[in-house]
Formats: sequence, C-alpha cells, structure tokens
Amino acid sequence: MKILVCISHVPDTTSKINFSEDNTKFDSNGVQFVINPYDEFALTRAMWFKEKQGASVTVATVGGSNVEPTLRKALAIGADDAIRIDTEPTDGFLVAKQLSEVIKAEGFDLILTGKESIDYNGGMVPGMMAELLGFNFVNACIGLEVENNKATAIREIDGGKEVLTCDLPMIAAGQKGMVEEKDLRIPNMRGIMMARKKPLKVVAPADVSDSTSTAKYEKPVAKGACKMVDANNIDELIKLLHNEAKVI
Amino acid sequence: MSVLVFADNSDGIFKKTAFEIVSFGKQVAEQAETSLVVVTINSNDVSALSTYGADKILTIQDAKLDSFNAKAYADCIHQAANKESADIVVVDSTNNGLYLAPILAVKLAAGYASNVVDYPSSMQPLTVKRKAFSSKGFSFTEIHTENKLLGLAKNSVGLTENHVDSVIEDFAPSLKDDDFKISSASIDKSTGVITIADADTVVSGGRGLKGPENWGMIEELAEVLGAATACSKPVSDLGWRPHSEHVGQTGKPVTSNLYIAIGISGAIQHLAGVNSSKVKVVINNDAEAPFFKAADYGIVGDAFEVVPQLINKLKEFKSTL
Repeated sequence: MKILVCISHVPDTTSKINFSEDNTKFDSNGVQFVINPYDEFALTRAMWFKEKQGASVTVATVGGSNVEPTLRKALAIGADDAIRIDTEPTDGFLVAKQLSEVIKAEGFDLILTGKESIDYNGGMVPGMMAELLGFNFVNACIGLEVENNKATAIREIDGGKEVLTCDLPMIAAGQKGMVEEKDLRIPNMRGIMMARKKPLKVVAPADVSDSTSTAKYEKPVAKGACKMVDANNIDELIKLLHNEAKVI
Repeated sequence: MSVLVFADNSDGIFKKTAFEIVSFGKQVAEQAETSLVVVTINSNDVSALSTYGADKILTIQDAKLDSFNAKAYADCIHQAANKESADIVVVDSTNNGLYLAPILAVKLAAGYASNVVDYPSSMQPLTVKRKAFSSKGFSFTEIHTENKLLGLAKNSVGLTENHVDSVIEDFAPSLKDDDFKISSASIDKSTGVITIADADTVVSGGRGLKGPENWGMIEELAEVLGAATACSKPVSDLGWRPHSEHVGQTGKPVTSNLYIAIGISGAIQHLAGVNSSKVKVVINNDAEAPFFKAADYGIVGDAFEVVPQLINKLKEFKSTL
C-alpha cells in the first residue's frame, strides 16, 4: 500500500498571532513552525500502517524552501520520502489542485491528512482533493483500518460516531482519535540523522489560479476587564449573568 | 441568479442552525438584490423556514438519503443550485456541513470560504469575514469565481425573523451509483445528551478538578443549566473524559452563549478554542490564572466549595423564574 500524508507547515500552537504590512500579511517574525497538529495524527497512523502492514509512506506539502525543515521532521519521524510542490499555498483550492496533480502522477492508495490546518482552518483541502480525484473520502476521521483494499473508517458526528466502509483509493482527514495523543511521535537522534539522507523531491507547480484571496486580517477585539465576584457572593454572579449578560 | 441555502435537519427536524443559516441567506439575497431558495432533504415539515425568509423551498424526499452521505448530499445541492441558477450557495458548519462543503465547492467550481462569521462586507467582489488562526484572528476573504460557496460558522449572526409566503416545490435530483460508494455500517449516537455543537451553555472542567471522580458536580451544574459538558486538553489526554469533550485549539470549537470554565488555567491553545463563546465565566483558585484576562466574570476560589454553592443558588434562581 502506497500512502501519502499531506502536511501543513503552521505556527506552533503557543504562537501569538500578529499581522504586518497594514494587516495584509501574517507576521512570521519570531514564530516557530511545526507540522500541523491534525496532520500529526495522520502521519502517526501512516507509520502504524508502515510498521504493521508494510506500507510505504510519502509526505508532501505545498510551499517554498522555508517549509523543508517541517518535511525533514516528518522524515525523521519515519516517512520514507518527501515531496515539496514549489509554490506559495495561498488558497485552499490551489493547494488541493497541486496535491491532486502529484497524486495522479505518482499513484497512491491511501491519502491521510488532518481535517484542517490550525492557521487558516479552511478544512477544505482533503474533500476537494477527493472530488478532484474521484477518491472516496471520510472527514473528521477518528479511526481507520485497511484490509484487502477495503477501508473501515470511523467519523465523528454531532453527538456520536459513524462507522463507514469503502474501497481504496480513499482520503481520510484525521483528528485526535485517529491515533491517541500519547502515541504521537517525537523524532529521535537516529531518525534525524537518517532523515538527512532521505529523498526530498521538489516538483514544479501545476498552472492553477486562486479562487479566493485575503484582502486583510484583523485581530479579535481586546477584552474588557474581567468582573471579579467574591466566592461568598454567588448571588451576585447569578444576577450579573441574568440581568447584565442575559445568558441565563 | 439567486442565493441557495442548504438547511440540514436532524431526524427530520430543523435545529437552530438551520434557521440561522436561512436568516443569513435572506440577508445575503437582499444584499445581492435577488431571492432566497432553501433546499431540504427528507425534512418532516418545512413551514418554519418561511419565518426566516425562504422565498422558495425545494424539498427532496428520497429514502436513499435517510442516512447522511456527503457526496450524495453535495450532488443534490449542486443540482438544486443549477436548477435555480444560484451563484451564491450557503452551508452550515456542523460535522455534516464541513464534510460536504469542499466536495460541493469542486462540483460548483466555486471559491469556498469556510468559517464565515458575518454578513458579506462587500458584494463586488464578494468579501466575507472568517475565523482564522484558530480564532486568534480573522481574515477578510474575497471570492473571485463566478459561483461562490460560503460556510457559515455556528452562532455567528443569530436568527432574524422575516416572514414570507414561501413557494414550496418538490425536487427529485437524479442520483448516481457513484454517489453511494461509501456505505454507513453503523451509527452510535447518544440520545438526550446536549452536544457541545448545539449547546447554548457549556460547562467545562480542567485539571484543577484533580480526577475523573470529581466530575459529578460538573455534570450536575450542566444539568441545572441545560448545558453540555466539556473539558480541557490535559483532561482528555489523561483519559479522565472522552476526546469528544475536548475543547480548545485542536479540540472542538465552542461557540455557545455562555462558557463556564472550572479549574482551567487558560493556556493560549485553550483560549483560542473557546473565545468565540459570547460570555465566559472562570472559576479558579489561582488569581494569577491567565484565563481571568480573557473572561467576562471571574471567581477566585476553590471549585469544590464554589461549584456546589453555584448549583444550589442556580436551582433556587431557576425555581423563581
């Protein structure tokens, strides 16, 4: 089984978010970049298929040479090889289309990725790829098994879960539950050394135009001061929630 | 030209999300100087949609669509959009909405903006405000394609009544075998439990509660308030509570009216996930907890003393209403 894990290069979850150039650009100054946390669940599940079922694991991302350390980290965790599509990931459709072209050219059985990235949160790339490629697709995937070219996937629904079955090729967009948080892997020294020698292929982008663009960014309005209520005066809190906030 | 909204239902019944997205669609249609068409799939009674401005309602009834199938639903909405010459299509942000939207975007050849939190700020080009950076920021996205798809974030614009006489029409899209290549083997859904996605109020516990055995008072407080229960990431990682209750940057987003955080210090990742809640109350024994800076109301105190008092006082308060 040939697996492709699509990863995003995103600001670390602890990052403070700022904008520059008159609020038209994300300010990456001083920001640490990591593998998108949702994609880490997908990568870890892919490693399980590699170790238990002999699958091969390729990782791919869309971006400039600045994203290569993130691909190397995925190689250090255990992926076999990496592909970087050399263009800026400016729009969800553009990313989906670029990745789809690579998937068509290389041929994969199973595409694993996160259900969204924690930067632009579009949640659109996996589903768009599936429709572009005619692959089966499961979103918000919290469990995945593959036997004899057939997948059994669990997806989260509002208030529960649903078990789905389909044939490969398929795309599963994962989140916590696809693997447990404690099973996520941190690269060890041997992995980091080996990653340096693993192939990282740079491919030219397909000719795709953006369907959307960002005119500007805005930060949330700063909160007013928190009203403190004495722990022995719960009646006051209830009054405030009822009369002032009008939420109870 | 028209605006088309897909109003999803749960076992045939519309939830608040459906009325919110119809309210939103009506406003967008007015901005675009056109009419609003609402498409429904296997709904029991569509008359309530007239209250929120559905000029026309297309009702699809097909037993094959009884269980949700993202591709088949996207196909239905696509065919409805073609029939009505809709150039702006709106879907919700439930798990089903998020699942079908990107498939629909490709079918419509539409630029897709998800997580929309407000009415369009411009119609030419269509520009919408969206949540970005896991609610640590907003982006204003312009859509350049002829067809446009918007995903409305929950509890973002609320309901607006706008009574119209709706034209109701049956619609039978032609479904293909290709739409049903994924089959649903089983659904496990808790009934009678308020989900985080649907709740107006969410009561959430953190590591400050010391162990899963202390969640009784969280559940009781939630029951008194008709709230959903939630937890911080460490609590779900420790296995004290199921993953489905984890709220925060990599967990579920909270978009409720009221969020009560108990024994949660307020790490930046947690705040990102919950700051879309309209009102936040924090109960924590550490006056220096960062959550107080992001909250509307705070109590510094021992949760094991404050919460039982709060439960009793709320019960008294509820009985006087």
